[in-house]
This record gives sequence, structure tokens and C-alpha cells, in this order.
Amino acid sequence: MRVLPFVLAVLAWMFFGAFATVQADTAQSVLTTNTALVERASRQTIAPVIAALVESGDEMVPAILEAWADKRLGLRKADGVYLLIRAEGDNYATRSLDGQDLGLAPKSDITELKPNAGVRGLIATALVQFNLSSKDTAKRVAALDSIATDPNADALTPLRASIENEPDTALKDRKQRLERLLTLRFDPDSAARVAAIESFGTDTQLDLRAALNPLLSTKRVAVEGAAPEGANIANTLKIDEDITSNQAYGQLVDASLVPARLTVADQRAALLANLKDGVVGGLPLAKLNTQSARDRAYTALETQGLARVAATENEIAATLAKYQFFDIYDERDPAVTDAARDALRAIDQNVGLMRAADLGLDGLSLASIYFLAAIGLAITFGVMGVINMAHGEFITIGAYTGYVVQQWISDYTISILVALPLAFAITFGLGVAMERLVIRFLYKRPLETLLATFGISIALQQILKNIFGTQARPLTSPAWLDGAWMLNDVVSISYIRVAIFVLALLFLGVFLWIIKRTRLGLEVRAVTQNPTMAASMGINPDRINMLTFGIGSGIAGIAGVAIGLFAKVTSELGSDYIVQSFMTVVVGGVGNIWGALAGATMIGGLQKTIEWLNPSNTLAAQTYMILFIILFIQFRPRGIIALKGRAAGD
Amino acid sequence: MLFAKSKPSLIVVIATLLVFSLVVTVLSEGYGTGVLSTSFIKTLGKTLCLCLAALAMDLVWGYAGILSLGHMAFFALGGYMIGMWLMYARTAEIVTTALAGGGLPATPAEIQDGITSQIFGVVGTSELPFIWGFAHSFPLQMLLVVLVPGLLALCFGWLAFRARVTGVYLSILTQAMTLALALYLFQNDSGLRGNNGLSGLQNLPGLSSTSQDSLSIWFFWASAAALGLAYLLISWVVSGKFGSVIRAIRDDEARVRFLGYSVEGYKLFVFILTAVICALAGALYYPQAGIINPAELAPTASIYLAVWVAIGGRGRLYGAIIGAAFVSLLSSWFTGGRAPSIPLVFGTLNWVDWWQVLLGLSFVLVTLFAPKGIGGLFDSLAGLHSPNRRGAPLGPNDGSLQEKEALK
Amino acid sequence: MKLSRRAFLATSIAAFTAPAVAFAQEDTIKVGVLHSLSGTMAISETTLKDTMLMLIEAQNAKGGLLGKKLEAVVVDPASDWPLFAEKARELLTVSKVDVMFGCWTSVSRKSVLPVIEELNGLLFYPVQYEGEESSKNVFYTGAAPNQQAIPAVDYFLDELGIEKFALLGTDYVYPRTTNNILEAYLISKGIAKEDIFVNYTPFGHSDWSKIVGDVVGLGADGKKVGVISTINGDANIGFYKELAAAGVTADKLPVVAFSVGEEELSGLDTSNLVGHLAAWNYFMSADTPENAAFIADWKAFIKDDKRVTNDPMEAHYIGFNMWVNAVTSAGTTDVDAVSAAMIGQKFPNLTGGVSEMLPNHHLTKPVLIGEIRADGQFDIISQTDPVPGDAWTDFLPESAVLEADWKDLKCGMYNTQTKTCVQLTSNY
Repeated sequence: MRVLPFVLAVLAWMFFGAFATVQADTAQSVLTTNTALVERASRQTIAPVIAALVESGDEMVPAILEAWADKRLGLRKADGVYLLIRAEGDNYATRSLDGQDLGLAPKSDITELKPNAGVRGLIATALVQFNLSSKDTAKRVAALDSIATDPNADALTPLRASIENEPDTALKDRKQRLERLLTLRFDPDSAARVAAIESFGTDTQLDLRAALNPLLSTKRVAVEGAAPEGANIANTLKIDEDITSNQAYGQLVDASLVPARLTVADQRAALLANLKDGVVGGLPLAKLNTQSARDRAYTALETQGLARVAATENEIAATLAKYQFFDIYDERDPAVTDAARDALRAIDQNVGLMRAADLGLDGLSLASIYFLAAIGLAITFGVMGVINMAHGEFITIGAYTGYVVQQWISDYTISILVALPLAFAITFGLGVAMERLVIRFLYKRPLETLLATFGISIALQQILKNIFGTQARPLTSPAWLDGAWMLNDVVSISYIRVAIFVLALLFLGVFLWIIKRTRLGLEVRAVTQNPTMAASMGINPDRINMLTFGIGSGIAGIAGVAIGLFAKVTSELGSDYIVQSFMTVVVGGVGNIWGALAGATMIGGLQKTIEWLNPSNTLAAQTYMILFIILFIQFRPRGIIALKGRAAGD
Repeated sequence: MLFAKSKPSLIVVIATLLVFSLVVTVLSEGYGTGVLSTSFIKTLGKTLCLCLAALAMDLVWGYAGILSLGHMAFFALGGYMIGMWLMYARTAEIVTTALAGGGLPATPAEIQDGITSQIFGVVGTSELPFIWGFAHSFPLQMLLVVLVPGLLALCFGWLAFRARVTGVYLSILTQAMTLALALYLFQNDSGLRGNNGLSGLQNLPGLSSTSQDSLSIWFFWASAAALGLAYLLISWVVSGKFGSVIRAIRDDEARVRFLGYSVEGYKLFVFILTAVICALAGALYYPQAGIINPAELAPTASIYLAVWVAIGGRGRLYGAIIGAAFVSLLSSWFTGGRAPSIPLVFGTLNWVDWWQVLLGLSFVLVTLFAPKGIGGLFDSLAGLHSPNRRGAPLGPNDGSLQEKEALK
Repeated sequence: MKLSRRAFLATSIAAFTAPAVAFAQEDTIKVGVLHSLSGTMAISETTLKDTMLMLIEAQNAKGGLLGKKLEAVVVDPASDWPLFAEKARELLTVSKVDVMFGCWTSVSRKSVLPVIEELNGLLFYPVQYEGEESSKNVFYTGAAPNQQAIPAVDYFLDELGIEKFALLGTDYVYPRTTNNILEAYLISKGIAKEDIFVNYTPFGHSDWSKIVGDVVGLGADGKKVGVISTINGDANIGFYKELAAAGVTADKLPVVAFSVGEEELSGLDTSNLVGHLAAWNYFMSADTPENAAFIADWKAFIKDDKRVTNDPMEAHYIGFNMWVNAVTSAGTTDVDAVSAAMIGQKFPNLTGGVSEMLPNHHLTKPVLIGEIRADGQFDIISQTDPVPGDAWTDFLPESAVLEADWKDLKCGMYNTQTKTCVQLTSNY
């Protein structure tokens, strides 16, 4: 189907360009004769031009092709001459296609050619033969990349030839791997292909599976009588077991072997066509308001020969019995398909395990994000019993702090290092202010702290919107956090998520240290358990409450920087996490940091598992996760890790 | 109506509601001078529905002490149930007319298919989900308006109260409930058109020739009547022995349990009753709003409901009405773009940008300095003081609270 | 007690009615602007409000319209869909606006539709949408699916040779309908149903690692995979960050987005995303004098040199100018007269060429495909001739038989098989 435009293009090229190829010996003349194709280059039509360029024998062709792919080829508007260009301010530095310097030309005089990715792919494929043994390592890598993205039989010979003299060992390995991948697909020798397949073992890399799977592609055919001669049959299909009779009949209809079934619309049209004087098939028009009446009228039409005879179920079954249905491999060599099938079976098993591991990593990562978002809350809500609905806004403020710092410090590493403590300081200050001004009056009315802090939350959110606008702000991670840790093509996790995980662990440690090992922690625990008694022991509960709340808020600020690094920074960043964070704390068990950890792990793991069960609907995963939490709390109202004894309160 | 004597506010509220409705009708476009625009009448009608929901919230929170932050879920469910009928019946009319022009008289299956593709074509489904099984019938669907939220409240309440989930935990759990329901409805596969929701609800089936000017007044009266009746009902509920028990549960649940009352039963009854009232309020609200979608169930919507009650003054039924009316009308005014900007020294104060800040801060101020809310003003005007409920004396900072509440 | 409550009611009624009276005294042409200024959609819609204010200011500087000044009436529907209907009614009946420019999401448009059809208002809707609609009272200046989605898929099939598709979208009506249309289209182009992977995520989704992993894994059967993204708004930021982290380059796995423009990219560092695609009818990088002037005006109006322009802004620019011309030629702001005059209006668009308002209330527009550059702008690598917008897609069987024509047929949903007008009002 998609061959047709290609054929047309070749024909068109032959018509317009054939004359050119006869005498074309320079790249310039090839390009000029095909200027219509080059200017609006399309993958469908450009292949012959590239081929002509390569065949022209012009020494500059590789350089020209590279320039073209890099958007460094220009067309002088005045006379339609192609130039190599390089932007210099408002001008282009130009060179002619044979390499002579032509000086500067204003940008408005020259059209820059912008080949699309498809054309660039073709250019890269054409460059492979020049670059496989190039001295420039980058060019060799580019050539290998091109082979990897567009594997084709033509690349096999030059690739094999270039392996011998490859100086770089890593590249040599890659070349050998690519060579085997190409061999198993394109080598004419069956034994060589099977050997190549077997040489990989249970390698889980994507490129191998991408090479093996096409070998096993099948086509479904319906045959009257025996199986076609010489076909490599994958499967003989039994009706009602492997294939429903509807599908089977549909297959026959598609192959125009039998007429299509009668549809309601066809029936309706036939009835309408035979409507005469308000009567059709012996029935008055007004009676045709049920399906059975229409069927009767249609049967009447059939018997009168006025309508096409529709097949009955029995007739369909009889027709199907005459045919056999097969899945036939496109690959004709059974030795290759067998080897590929066995290899893939082993690989798939391996991949299944890797998938589970990857899912585990994803779950862990999500858990650490929830934990980080909830850890501040575990302090303010879990330890102090204060419901802080503005917790989400503290996270947002942390993220915006990161953004503002990046506006001042352009080095991303330093800016993050500055932003983390600064975010802590700012949200700590805000938390302390909030505690002093609002919350301390409401310690005895926990439900009303909820309302008051909700008020603060919507006010803060709107203030942030007024300051930073509604657009998302960029918060960019430093370069060393770019990319992902990849065990193989299946198991991978981005470094930013690893960093968040580490940060979460760090906070767990810091929190435990503060609570268990410091004077402050001791006082916090004392005030939490019995403020009156703590006060009579000389502890100032006001001060402790203030500090605890400040620390909880400060951690939210740091979490904000981390979350902003991997997601968006808008004024609604925090409110996305607030209900989840509360649930994390409640599910895990209030008053205990381990509880928050358990809660986050459970929620993160559960969500990923449900997502895995239903991959096309992420929303469903969140719904069922919350539903599960609701039910869970009914049966364990104090959470996973419940405090026991007197500290548990009522 | 003996209980009316113990509730002097009852007569005042009903009379005010009546006078207010008459005045609005006289000033309306549909039946009067046209001073009030139809859109404002709709706003007033919707506000009355919100007042009704706030009334229910006051019963469950102010009297029974259950801070449910999920009652807007019931409100929206009521809206969804009525919306299903409105949408189905309106589409059925359109489809039947359209098919009548097609040559053959339509079969039931064709009409059904037509309705399905009209309603669900936009969201890419071709089968009518089973939950629409009753949508063709007005009485059945009206029954669902009460049954579905009632059953949800029954299941949720039974589970939660049985497990003795109380206080803050219950609040968070109810938030989770409304969030789960919202997320479920957001899914396209839920069968309620996902994020698109049900729309065009203001066009009543069979009344296409009646103008919205008249319809808005009808709904306004229906909402006012519902509010009046609910006020009557709830006043009665809280005035007798039942009222004393639920207030006792609010003040000290354990003590009531030791006295032999079935605390769970009482709480469950109040929870279901208020859920049903909210559902009815929603069923009246959404035909006036015209569209319902899952965003209406967002967790914050329910928090706002609680805030209205707090601002109006909880534990006073008229307080809930005042709070809901005051805040929602004010926000409607500020978002209408007609509040004048205030020029300040450093720039202009644009209300669209700043009114939410004002709203948020006023929540804080009310909570801190006027725990009795606006309703408290009436008390001080009338010279009323809280009765001595024999709680231990509390410091001046603890406001209207009684001993148990304060120590919790 | 009684007294104070009465007093409260009286003042509140007075407060609501007084401004309405005040408005009726001036003689201006009122333009309603119905865009959310708060809530989740404010991120996109505030820009459009500012665009409208700029266009109105510019028109007033040119002497207004029909000898009168234009007056913008800005309301805030706060991303709350029922509020859209309420505010639209308020604009039409209280402020008595002559035309409205507004809405972004489809659901907000569906909320407004019954109100403007009842009150015979006029709305210009500037955002690319899922089609399957043509209202007498709405002019759709954004792209219909055949002006954005279908050409982008063609580009994938023809230019990039994609054989397997991942359709990722936010779970709401635009992605759902668009993906349905695309699925039918791809199947008609010979792509097997198993080779189309569909995933929906909630608004503002941020945890993309598993989905990106799944999409990369699609390449296991050796077919070239491409992603068609109808992910909306700020969820894109997390998505692109995850793509960049996973090392998904445009060569290996190209992503074409229908809701990602200059505005969304300004929240991101795009250096890792170079080469990924977007399809629109306008890009800020379009090299025409009109566009240069528009960008300069915008930056001067908003007093920020870093602000970008985007496709819906161009839609408002075209829509507003067409409306101005239609009012001038009709000599009145009466909705029916202006609607009639709108059909056939031509106005040069910002990317070169001329847009024309069709009888189905959609525009002809060129389709541009751009590759993301490191500076957050797009390189236009493909620009088609103007494509006429098709209200009812040809690729779904139910809507293939439908047609919209407000000039001759006077129907927005005309069944060409039965030759009847299915309904005059819209589906909502």
C-alpha cells in the first residue's frame, strides 16, 4: 500500500531527473535539477536524489549530505544555487558546494533547508558507507546509530568489512553485535542466521527482540482444501477454539470469497427501496417498527426475488466447513522461525522477571515521592496532631524557591545546593509564623485547625499565582541528574528518582536521629505525650511546638524542590499531593515515622501493581488504590503501625 | 407543632424565605418587573440549594459532631441521578423526531442506538452502560436520587462507625471517599461520560417551548420549598429527645454509649439523612446549573461546605443558611468581574486576583476570633448566652467549646 | 434579628443589580471575554484574555467599530464548568454583550452551548478540539481533527515510516474522541489494531516512568514506534522530563503532541527534547511580517520580552478580525446578521496565506508541523496548503454521513444519506 507513492516518486524522478543523471557529475547539478524535490524534501520522493548524489562521485558528497541533515545547506534565492552555510549573527557564512569560501550573505537572501526527520534518516543511511570506517569516532557512532534505527540488508557488507580495523573496542563490540543482528535477519544463508540467533542466548536487549519478532510475523489465510505448498505454517486454526466463526466469516468476506452478511442498515435500505404505496413485503409501513416485522418483510422480499438472499446461520456454518484457516509465517525458512521462536520464548521468560523488577523500582520510586511529600505531615499531623491543609502549599513554595534561585544562579548544581537549605529556611519560617499566629490558639480544637489552615492554603495558593503567574515555571535538574540508570532495556530508573529516593532515606535518618538522639527529640516526645507534665519538668511546650511545626514545614519545602525537579512547578503542585499525603500518614499509622514509611510503601507499591494489571488506564489505578485505603482503614483504623499503650491516647 | 416553640428561629426563617421568594418572583423577568435578571434568579436558586446542603452539613457536624468532608459527593450524586434522566429523556425526544424523518418507523433498538450514540458518541462508546437502565423512567430515576446516595452513605457510614473511626480520621476518610468517587467518575469507562459529565440539564424534556425565564422561577420556588421543608424537618429532628442524644454524642460519645444508647445507630441515621438531603439539594441544583461533571466532587468542594457552616455558625440551623448564602453570593459577585478594582499606592487591587486571598484569610479570622460565626452575632444582638452544659470551666481562648471538645 | 436579615438581603440585591443598571447607560459595543482566570485552566486561558484585551485596545486605537468604542467585559468562570454557563448567561442578559470570545476545554464549551443557543449569542472558540459539532452560534477558529491530528499522523506514516502507535492522552473528551478518530484512520491505513496502544492519564499526572517504559517496550517487535500525545496542560512537563531522562530521542521514538505549544515548553528545559514534534496551525517561529508585528505588539502589550505567542492566540487574532470585518460589512452587531456575514470572511493568517470562514463555521488553515528546538521554539519542517476544517469527521461511520452547512442547508448536523437535518441545536 505504501509502496505506491514510492513507485510514483521513482517514476516522477525518472521523468524529471533522468536527464540530469546522464550528465550529472557534480553535487550542485544534481541538487539543482531536482530542486523541486529538494526544497520540500519528503521521505517518499527524496531517495532517488540522495542515490544520485552518492552516485555522482563528487568528493564533497558526504560533507554536503551531513550539512543538509544538520540544516546547514542553503539555497540562494536569487539564482537557485546551493551553498553550505553557517549562521553568524544576522548573516550566513557561505561556502560553495566545492568548498570555496564565498563570504558572508544576509539571512534574508538564503533559504535554509530544513529536512524532516524521515529525510534525515535516509541521509544518515546513505552516509553509512562513507562513515563506517571514518577517522572521526562521532561519525562512526552516527553510522552505527543509523544502522540500528533503520536496519537494512545493504548495510551488512560494509559493516562486516569495517569490523576488522575498528580501533575502539567498545565500538567494535557494538559493530559485532549489529552485524549479528543484521545477519539473523538478512543473511541469505539459513545456518548463519540460526547461528546468529543462538549466539545471543537469553539477551533481553530491545534491539534483539526487535530483530527476532519480525521473523515470526504471520499472515492469516483462508484456503479451500489443503494447506498451500511450501508455506511455513505457524498455526492451523480451529473454528470456535482459536477463532470465532464470526471472525472466520469476516476473513472470507475480506478476501471477497463470500458475500457479506446482511446488516441492519442494508436491510433498512432494501426495505425502503421496495416501499410502494406504504406497503413493503406485504406489511404496512406503520407496522415496521419492530425488528421481527422487518425481518418478515425482508424474507417476503427475498422470496419475491426483490432483495439479495442473506445467508442463514446454517449456510454460514456450511461455508466455513469448506475452508481451512492458517497462520503462515512471512519468513519461509522453518529452521529460522523455529530458532527464533525458541530464543524468544527463553527471552520472554527473562523479560518477565525484569519487568517485575522494573515495576518494583517504579513502585519504590513512587513510594519515596509519597514519603517525601508526607514526611513533614507525619511530623505536624502524626506527632503534634495538627491538621495542616497548607502543607501542600509549603511544598509548592519549596519548588518555587528552587525556581527563583535558578534565576539568580545559573549553575544548576550550585543552585540546587543553595535552593535546598533556602527552601527549608523559608518554609521553616512560614511554618513558625503560622504556628505562632494561628495554630497555637487552636491546639484544643483540631477540627478547626483543619478549616483555618484550609483558609491559609487557598490564600497562599492565590498569592503564589499572583506572584508567579499561572504558567508552569522551569526547574531544571543539574546535568549529572539527567538520564537514567539502566540495568538493561527493561529495568531502568531515572537518576532524578534515585536522588529522590536517597533524599527520602536521608530524611528518615535525620528524623530518627532528631527524635531519638537529641535533646530536642526528647522534649518533642515528652510534649507530645503529656504537655502538662512536660511543662512542669521545665520544658517550654510553646517553644517545642513551634520548632516541631517549623521542622515539619521546612521538610515540606525541601520535598518541594525535589518534586519540582521531576514534575511541573505550578501553584497547584502541592495540592495534588495533599490528600495522598494525609492518607499515607493515616494508613501507615499516626505518630510514628515508620508508619509513614510503611504507608508510602504500601500506597506506591499498590498503585503500580494496579497500573500493571490495567496498563491503559492510570486513573483506575488511583481510584482503586483509594478505595482499598478506605476499606483498609475500616479494618485497621489505627493504621499499619499502631501505637500501643498510653501513648496511643484514646 | 410544639417543637416550634422551642425554636423561635423556625417561624422567622420560614417567613423570611416566603417573603424573599415572593419579592424575587415579583422582581423576576419571567413573572414580574424584570429588575432581576434570569441569570441572577438562577444564582439565587442555586444558592438556596447550597443552603440546603449546608443545613444538612450543620446537622451532621454542628449537632452530631461528625465532620464529614465528603457530603458534596452525595450532593453531586443526586445531581448525576437526576441528570441521567434529564439527558436521556431530552435525547430521546430529539432522536425520535430525527428518526421519524427517516422513511421507516423506528424500531425500539434503533431509538436506543440513536440515544446511545448521541449521549456517548462524544466519549467514544457505542453501548448504553447498564447503570443507565432506569434512565428512561422519571419515577425510577427519582427513586435513585434518594437510594444511591443513601446506600453509599449506609455502606460508608456503617463501615466507618462500626470501626469507631472518629474525629480527624473520619474527616480524612470522607475526603478519600469523595476523591475516590471523583476519580472513578473521571474515568470514561464509568459510564457517566467521564470528564465531560452530563450537560444541557437546564433544558427540561417536554418543556422546550418554556423559556428559561419561567423555568428559573419554578426551580427557585422548588428550591425555596425544599429548604423550608428541610428546615422544618431538621428543626424537629434536633428539638426532641433524638436531638439531645445526638448532641450528647457530639459532646461525649463514650458516655452516651455507656448509658446504653446505640451510638452507631444514631450516627448512621444522621449520616444517611443528611446524605439524602444533600442528594435532593443536588438534584435541584444541577438542572439550574446546567452541567455536572466530576470536578464537582473535588475534595475541596466538601471542605468549602464545612467552611460555610463554620462561617455561618455551626450548631445553629439558620447559621448554616446564612453562611452558605453569604459566601457563595459573595464569591459569585467577585468572579463576575463587576467588583470595582481598588486603586492603591503601589498598584491596583484587582478583585479577580485577590478575592480568594480575602476568602482564605477570612476563614482564618472567623475560626480564630468568631468561633460562633455570623450566627453568633445574632446571639449577642438578642442577648443570648450559651446554656451552661456543666463542662469544666475553660479559659477565655477556648471560645464556645465545651470540655470534651476542647480537650480532644 | 428580623431587621438585620432583611437588611442583608436588601443590600445584597442592590449590590447585584446596581452595576447592571450602570452598564446600560453607555453606548459601546461590548465584547465578552469568557476565560478562566483562576483554577486549573488559568494556566492557559489568562493568556487568551490578555490577547483579547490587546486586540480590543488596538481596534479602539483604530477608531473602534461602527463609530463606537469596543468595551471588554471580562468575567472569571474559575475553571468551574457550571460557572461557564452561569457567566455566559450573565454576559448575554446582564452585560448584554454583542459577542463572546472564550472557553478552552471542550467541556466548558459544552456547558456554554445550551445557553448561547437559547439566547442566540455568538461565541468564538479558539482552541483545537475534537470536532463532531457545529453550532449556529459558535465559530470554531481552532483546528478540527482533520486540520491537526490527521495531517500529523500522515506525517508519521509517510515521512517517518512509523508502524506502531502509542496514543497517550489525558482522560477527557478531546483525547478520547481524537484517539477514536485516529484509531479508525490508522486501521483504514492498514495498521493492525494490536499495533495501537492507548493510555489515558488524569489531569496533572506526574508519575510517568512506567508509561514511558511501556512505550519504549513497544518497540520489541521490531516495528518503528511513534507516540501521539494528546496530553493536556502541565502534565506534559512531567512527561517530557521523563522522556528526556529515559533517553528517548526523537530518532528512536518520535513524539508528536497536539496540546504542546510555546507556552507549555516555556516551563521546561528543551535541550533534551530537540526533534520531538508538535502539530499546530501556527508557530511563533513562522517567518512572516504579520507574525513579527503580532509578536512585537504582544510583547509591548504584556510588557514582558520573554512571553511567547501560541496557536490559540492566533485563532483569537483571526476570529476577532473576522468578526470586526463581518460587523463592518453587516453594519450592525445583530447576531444573525453578523453570523451570515461571517461565512466567507477572509483574513490573512500569521503564517502566510489566507484563512476563510466556511459555511460549517470552521476555518481553512494551513497545518504546520514543527520540531522542538533547544530554545523552546519550533522549527517548522512541514507546512501544508490551507486545509478546510471538517466539523464531522469522515473516519467514524456515524459521523461520515453528517455535514454542517449554515449557509444553504441551515443545519449543523445534516444527514446526507437520509437528506434530513438531524437536529438544529447541538449535542451537549
